[in-house]
Amino acid sequence: MKKLIYAATIILLISACKSNNSTLPIYGNKKPVTKTVNGKQVTDTIYQTIPDFKFVNQYGDTITGKNLDGKIYVADFFFTTCPTICPVMHRNMLPVYNEFKSNPDFRIISHSIDPKYDTVPVLKKYADKMGLSGNTWWLLHGDKDATYTIAKSYLTSVQEKNPQGNYVHDGYFILIDKQKRIRGTYMGTDPAEVEKMTADIKTLMAEPDQNPTK
Amino acid sequence: MKVKIIGCICFVVIAFAISCQSDERIEFNRYYSNGSTVYQAKCQNCHGIKGDGLQSFIPPLTDSLYLKNNKKTLACLLKNGLKGKVIINNKAFDGEMLPSGLTPLEIAQVLTYVTNSFGNKAATSTVETVNADLAKCN
Repeated sequence: MKKLIYAATIILLISACKSNNSTLPIYGNKKPVTKTVNGKQVTDTIYQTIPDFKFVNQYGDTITGKNLDGKIYVADFFFTTCPTICPVMHRNMLPVYNEFKSNPDFRIISHSIDPKYDTVPVLKKYADKMGLSGNTWWLLHGDKDATYTIAKSYLTSVQEKNPQGNYVHDGYFILIDKQKRIRGTYMGTDPAEVEKMTADIKTLMAEPDQNPTK
Repeated sequence: MKVKIIGCICFVVIAFAISCQSDERIEFNRYYSNGSTVYQAKCQNCHGIKGDGLQSFIPPLTDSLYLKNNKKTLACLLKNGLKGKVIINNKAFDGEMLPSGLTPLEIAQVLTYVTNSFGNKAATSTVETVNADLAKCN
């Protein structure tokens, strides 16, 4: 009988672990919305999403939120002449790029926070030096105010965790799902956190929500 | 008797050699370990924990031949920075390294560390040689 209880406990533990691993949490502000569907009151949770934006990538193409429809993507903030954490962040991002570059539903977007210096040709040169080709990893040039505004919506959950930080330049990678919801934030300067992000991206890609049947 | 004397002389010579070496070794170790700390604080973000640089963006520090051929000017590069094209491991790099702001002693320490890590092997860069090299910077 004892053995049976042990076995049951172990099975329970394992299945508990499994169910924890199968979906990622959803971060950001949420609000409940009560709707009337077929005469019944239904309460739904509306999660924060990344608002639309308009920037230009290293090829000079205009990139808006629409270009990221149906994509899982990672966003970060950097500038090409940054001597401190940016080389570390992008050194850590390279394995992520290499792992998913053949997946058409995956993107990395790096917003420059120094648009005055980081013009489109400067971003293209940086991309070339980093060995980036194709459309998996976009380096985005845009108005400084617009970049900081979009940064705020990406970094809401970072702010909650760490109210004292200088979020925009703290080296976070933010994982966004196909519904433009925040699904994870990772310290881009820490290789262990970036490895976790890679694992989380695979988990996210496998979620039913991310694979709508047509 | 003769054998004993020769043995004694040999012993003295060997003991002398060992103690000499260990003095040098101690000096090297001191420079090297301090250099490792300087490297972590001032160089590692860009050049990487293994000195492997970053793609074609930041040159690696693994080109022993470059380090050897430019031995006399490395201190100046750290003091004044480096701008323009350099060929490292047969690959062209065209970027900018800012002046490091390191003291001559720190330059000597970090040079000892870099020229003896990442597959490189060279003599200790002492503060004396670094000061002499710095006096000749362009």
